[in-house]
This record gives sequence, C-alpha cells and structure tokens, in this order.
Amino acid sequence: MSASALRGGAETGRGGGRRHDRRRASLVALLFLAPALIFLVVWIVYPTGWTIVRSFFDRGGDEFIAFDNYKEIFTTDTLQTAIKNNVIWVAVVPALVTAIGLVFAVLTERIAWSTAFKTAVFMPMAISLFAAGVIWRIMDEKDPSRGTINAAINEVKGVFGSDGVLSAGQGSSPQLTGSVEQGFVLRNPVTAGETASLGLTAIPPDEVPADARQAVEPRAVEGEIAGVVWRDFKPGGGRPGVVETEELGIPGATIELRDPGGGVSQTATSGADGSFVFRDVGSGQFRVAIGSQTFAAPFTGVSWLGPKLITPAVMIAYIWVWAGFAMVIIAAGLSSISREVLEAARTDGATEWQVFRRVTVPMLAPVLSVVFITMIINVLKVFDIILSVAPQSSQDDANVIALAMWRTSFGGVNDFGLGSAIAVFLFLLVIPVLALNIRRFKREEA
Amino acid sequence: MRRHRIATAAALLALAPAALAAGCGSDDDDGGSTSTSAGGATGAATTATDVSGSVSVIGIWTGDEQRSFQAVIDKFNETYPDIDVRYTSAGDNLPTVVGTAVEGGNPPDIATIAQPGLIREFQRQGALRSIDYARDTVSANYAPDFVDLGTIDGRLFSFVYKGANKSTVWFNVEAFRNAGVEDPDDWDEFLTNARTLGASGVPAYSIAGADGWTLTDLFENIYLRQAGPEKYDQLSEHRIPWTDPSVRAALRSMAQVFSDRENILGGTSGALQTEFPASVEAVFQNPARAAQVIEGDFVPGVVAETTRLRAGEGYDVYGFPEIGDSDDYVVGGGDSIATFRDTPAVRAFVEFLASTEGASTWAERGGFSSPNRTVGEDVYPDEITADIATAIAEARTFRFDMSDLAPAAFGGTPSQGEWKILQDFLANPSDINGTAEKLEAAAARAYR
Repeated sequence: MSASALRGGAETGRGGGRRHDRRRASLVALLFLAPALIFLVVWIVYPTGWTIVRSFFDRGGDEFIAFDNYKEIFTTDTLQTAIKNNVIWVAVVPALVTAIGLVFAVLTERIAWSTAFKTAVFMPMAISLFAAGVIWRIMDEKDPSRGTINAAINEVKGVFGSDGVLSAGQGSSPQLTGSVEQGFVLRNPVTAGETASLGLTAIPPDEVPADARQAVEPRAVEGEIAGVVWRDFKPGGGRPGVVETEELGIPGATIELRDPGGGVSQTATSGADGSFVFRDVGSGQFRVAIGSQTFAAPFTGVSWLGPKLITPAVMIAYIWVWAGFAMVIIAAGLSSISREVLEAARTDGATEWQVFRRVTVPMLAPVLSVVFITMIINVLKVFDIILSVAPQSSQDDANVIALAMWRTSFGGVNDFGLGSAIAVFLFLLVIPVLALNIRRFKREEA
Repeated sequence: MRRHRIATAAALLALAPAALAAGCGSDDDDGGSTSTSAGGATGAATTATDVSGSVSVIGIWTGDEQRSFQAVIDKFNETYPDIDVRYTSAGDNLPTVVGTAVEGGNPPDIATIAQPGLIREFQRQGALRSIDYARDTVSANYAPDFVDLGTIDGRLFSFVYKGANKSTVWFNVEAFRNAGVEDPDDWDEFLTNARTLGASGVPAYSIAGADGWTLTDLFENIYLRQAGPEKYDQLSEHRIPWTDPSVRAALRSMAQVFSDRENILGGTSGALQTEFPASVEAVFQNPARAAQVIEGDFVPGVVAETTRLRAGEGYDVYGFPEIGDSDDYVVGGGDSIATFRDTPAVRAFVEFLASTEGASTWAERGGFSSPNRTVGEDVYPDEITADIATAIAEARTFRFDMSDLAPAAFGGTPSQGEWKILQDFLANPSDINGTAEKLEAAAARAYR
C-alpha cells in the first residue's frame, strides 16, 4: 500500500513538471507516511527480523547454533504431529467451510425465513474463538451427564436400549466370568439336582432394589437346578462366593439355562431373595448364566476429547464458527450474479442441479476462492480453539504449528530459540498463500 | 538491553492481557523502589518501622487467597504504614509473566513462585537477590529441610511461605462406611481397601488424569516412601537416571492402582479427561461416584465450593499410606518468596513474611498451611487443617514436590515431559520399561 501511495505522490510531482516540485512532493508524502512507517518498522519489521535472528540461537540466547532449532522441528515427535495435523487442517477445513457456506448461501436464497436462518448461522462469529472452544469443550465431555453430545447419543440409545435392573456388576469369584454386555456365566457346568450360586459385586449401593431380601443358600432338589443370585458384598467385603447374613438377593434378574450347544433352553426370573429354579431340566450338563437383559449398561460416552477424536472434534467446533462467515460472503456474491443468466439456463431446460453446477458455481468462483484462501490463512494459524477444546492429556495429539510455537516459547518450556524457529517456519508456510492473495488483489485492482 | 525490550514487547503482544497488566504494574513500581534505595541506608533501615517506599509483588494467588494475602499486607502496614505493598496476581501464568518480565529487564520486587526449579533458573540468570538478611528469622522458624530448600550455593534465596501437604488421601466418609473399610495403615491395606470399595459398588479411585500434576504427585509419594529421601534427592537433580530400578519399582506400585481399571471412575479414558475439580466433585457428591481422591491439602477448598459436606462427617482425610518404614514422610509443595530487588522496604516485608505473625495472619483465615513451626496449632480454623499443617512443619522427612524441582520443560508443562508421559502411563500401565525410558529421555533433554 505504501509503495503505491509513494508512486502516486511521485506522479503528481511529475505532473508539475519541475524537479524541485517533485522532490518537495515526495518529502511531503514521506512526512505523511512516516507515522505508519514507524509503526510498521517497530511492530512488524523489527520483531520479524529479531525473531529470525533469535531462531539461530539456543534457548538462553547466548550461543549461536545455526540450524539446530530447525532440525529439531523435524525430529521432535510432538512437532511432527503438529505439522501433520496442520496438513490435515489445511486439507479438510477450508474446503469444508467453503462447501458448507456455499450450500447454506444457495439454500437460504430460497427459504422464507432466510434472514433469521442466516443470523443463526452467523451467530457463532460474534463470540471469540476461545469462548467457542470452551463451549465445545463442555459439549464434548465424555460423561453423558456432563457433555451435551454424549447426552444426546445416550437419549437416542435409550429408546432402543434394554431396561435391566442393574447398571453394573462383576462376578464375585473367578467362578463367575463375563461382562455386563454379554452376561455372566458360571464356569463349572451343573446337572439336575445341583445348585448354582451366582454372586455379584460392584453393584452401586443405591441400585440394590428396595424389595430385595436376605439371600438364601439354595437347596438341591431332585430333577431341578436351584440357585441364587445375590449381591455378594457386605461391609468389610465378606467371603466371596458364600451367602452370608446382610447380603441381599437380587430380584428381577434374568437367569438363563444354557445347554452344551450354547442355546438357551430355559429362563427364569429371580425372586426377592434372589432365588430361582429350573424345573424338568432333563439329563445332561448345563451352564447357568445371568442374562445380559439383567443389565442396562449405562452409555459411558464417546471419547471426543480423547487422543483419537480430538482433531475432528476441534475441527467441528472451528467449522461451526466459520461456516457463517463463508455463508455471508458467498451470499453477497450470489446476489450479484445476474438473474437473467440463471433464468436463461432454466428456460433452456437445465435442471436445478445443472444450473448450480454449470452456472452458479463457475460465476461464484472468484468469491469462493476469496473464502477458500482466507480460510487457508486462518487455518494455518489456528491456535486458540485448540488450546481451549483439547484437555491437557490430548493436547499433544491435537497440536498444530502455532500452538507448538506458543507452548515452546511461553507454555512453560521457555525455549525462545526453538519457539522463534517454529514461528519462522510458520511464516514461510504462510508466504505463498499471502503472495497468491496479493496477486489476486492486484489483478482485481487492475 | 534494547533488543531485549523489543523482544519483550513482541512477546507481550502474543500473551494474555494478564501479562500486559503485570508488565505495566512493575513499570509503575520501578520508580517507587528506586526512590527508596536512594533515600535510606541499606541494612540499618530494616529494623526501623519508619521505612518508606513501595514493594511490588507478583503472585499466583487469586480470589480468596488474594484477599487473604491482602489481609497479610494490611497487618504488615500496621507496623510499616509508609510502605506501599502492591500485589498483582498472575494466576497460573506466573512463570511466563515473571519470566518475560525478567527477560525484559523489568522484574517485580518480589515474586511468589511455586517451582524451586524456576527460582534456581532465575538465580543462574543472576536476576535474584539473596535474602541472607532474613536467614536468622528463617532458621529459627523453619525446619532444616526448608532452610536447605531455599539455599543455593550457601546463600539463602527463598523460603516457603505457603506450604502444601501433598501426602494426603481424601475420602467420602459414607462410601467408606458402606464398604466397611477404614484408614489404611500401609500400602497393602490401601490396595485391599480399594478392592473392597470396588466390590461395594463405588469405584475406589477418582483420578484427575487431565491434569498431569496429580499423577506426578502420586509418583513422588510412592517414590519417596519406597526409595527413600537420598534417592529422591538424587532423582530430583537427575544424578541418577529415570531408568534406575527404584523408578521402575515405583512405577510398578503406581501400576497397581492404574491397572485396576474397573476401580477407576470413568475407566482410564474417562480419567484422562477429568480435571482436578471434577475429580474431587465426583468423590464428594451424593451418592458418591468414587470413594477417594489422592491429592494434596487443597482438596477441601474444592469440596467447600461444590458440596455441603462437612469436615470429619462428610469428608475426611488420611495420610498417604506408608510403604515399608516411611513413617511421617511428607511430600509437599509451596509458594516461595523470592526477591529481585534489595531495598529496605523489600527487606522489611520479607522479614515480616518469615515471622510468626506474617504466617499466622493468613493461617487463621484458613486455606493455609504454614511450614513455620512457630505457628500454633490453635491458630488454624479447624482440626483437619491444623493436622495437615503440623504434619508439614513437624515432618520427619519433608521433600519438595519433585516435578516442581525439575526444569519446567520436564516437570511443569502441560502435556509435555513427565506430565504427558505419566498420562500415557495411566492409559497403558503395563509399559513400565518404556515409560521409564521415555521419562529418562525427556529428563535428559530438559536437564542439559
């Protein structure tokens, strides 16, 4: 900008025709530009230069170490993750934001409440990225009683889920194996005339049904398999596998009698004292199991903030914020497209999809590229939203270059040398995109 | 010099407004303290009560703690009405704020620093002033372990003003009653208790795995008890590697807790996303979602904020269980006072903070454990606080939190170094050798 203004000043001078005037004009121009120039030098040029110089020194700033800091960028695990993540960000987010913005813009043209809709989509832009991150950090919590998203999944699952009497449990002795999802099976087979004791522990105290009574040791009866399912726990622990006083039966549990082939030959429901009985079992060996219907295993939540899903989770938050921006810009571009062209295409028999693909999108190309390039620059320097969404334990997995720069310089490591090197590296990455942008500006001006 | 200032300016731009505020604060105070040192004869003036001037303090205390510290300042002003003590809170950003201020050549007069490693770094840079003038007061009021802690190359540079006892386990009284267990006497009983608690239907452990420091605290408690104070000191200074058998042994004990996945609230993946306040809240909810949380004496603060449980009835505490012959061992932390300027006003304030009165003023307001032995037990507002504070002041062996002694890159940085590696260990507790090797590699980088 300053260069063109300078040139402008010089041209006016030439218009005057005399050399003396020309020099005076440039002097005046310089005088007017001086404040901006000083600002540029003090706040942009000097810090940039000093950052570059600093990046060749060690963490203390005393020893010249040439390119060692730069080597470290490419050899440290977490910095490599940062670069990799940045590549993913650039590949995914600008395209998605532009596409979603385009879809919103085109669709809102056709609905009655378009202003309301646009306002709603644009709303996230009104809050800071950091605040948006905090919101999503809470929504993404794993525990369904805290995180909105997992709560929603939980609700949907609840519609199809089973309603068991217990939410948790474990076999009280090695005799009873299995899990809440698959049910618990007694290891030793039983035959008619024998008994089965199914002891469970790890049942939350408030889940023991109110009508539960003292469990009773089953008595063997000829031709039947009798048993008990009970909460094998009393204060202090008790003896595992033995029905003791103070230990309550579990009423309402579904008990399965499985034949050797694995099929369920009979089911029974336990009584208030936990007792159950299978009659007319016939000969042969059977396995007794607590069916999985007994348990309504609570949904423990998708680990959005865990190492695997953290980057997508942050991206969703980021897209949520920026989609509105893209929509507004693209909608503005859309309204400047001449209606006649669209109408002409429709009259010629083009379907709506063809109109969109062959007419709207090509005519919007300049606007789309502005949005796309702006998003690339934004995404390259993405930082605060990651800091606010990712918990400490997965920050390494969500790391990007800008975050790595901050963490290295200020986040406790205080290695200004390496931090500067990362800053310079990021700077180099942004330059080509900036150049592209500037060239486009110039073309538009010309 | 000039280039530093510009670098600082650039750095400040990148920082949170807190940093800017702090930077401005110390700028203002600069003039004040210079005028004092010009005014009075150094040394002799410290005993006189007519010292005037100003002292700028940057600390980590916010909220209630900030109000309590202000009360301490007010008490100080009763004796020294002409000294203007201005406190600025930097919160958890303190290392960054003070570090940048020092790099820019414009530090505060006094900083309260929780990491002795950082104090040592500042001392190496030549930024600190010795407080040998307060040595007599400190030696008289503090146990030798504490005097050693503040001494670098034979000179006293800092002392712990606000102590923290990290050898405590907080439990939900009702959950313990339901399960029929009591305070364990040793590590084996602790593990047996955990199994019983799990069988009673309440996970035994609530672990704040999202905050790496809770994991380093657990490691240090186990290590100090298993390996003993000498090894502890050697490991703190990285004179023995983290691949030492003693480290592996401690990791194995830690794995006894971590591999009991069913017994950890939310499993390990849930624990890794749980931050400290949430981990405390889970234990002291009704009904309890977990039975106990292994953390320091700052737990009651969170309990008071989030629940209505009362000390002794709803929640209670026991000392970290002994392993072998480790009676009365305390791993702790604390906020130390370190000075960057030496003026009569600073001297007066430092002397005051090291005195009985300086510690009691805050102690009686609660939320404060003083390592100062001269603070009476009856000063504390309740029995639990008094017990914990006395445990620090009278500990047979007191060791400072090892991760705070280490360079910040290893022991004090979120998702890096020891914090991150122990988080990975929580996720995969079978990898003892790999964890020890990763710790050693990270330590080697940070200690060089």
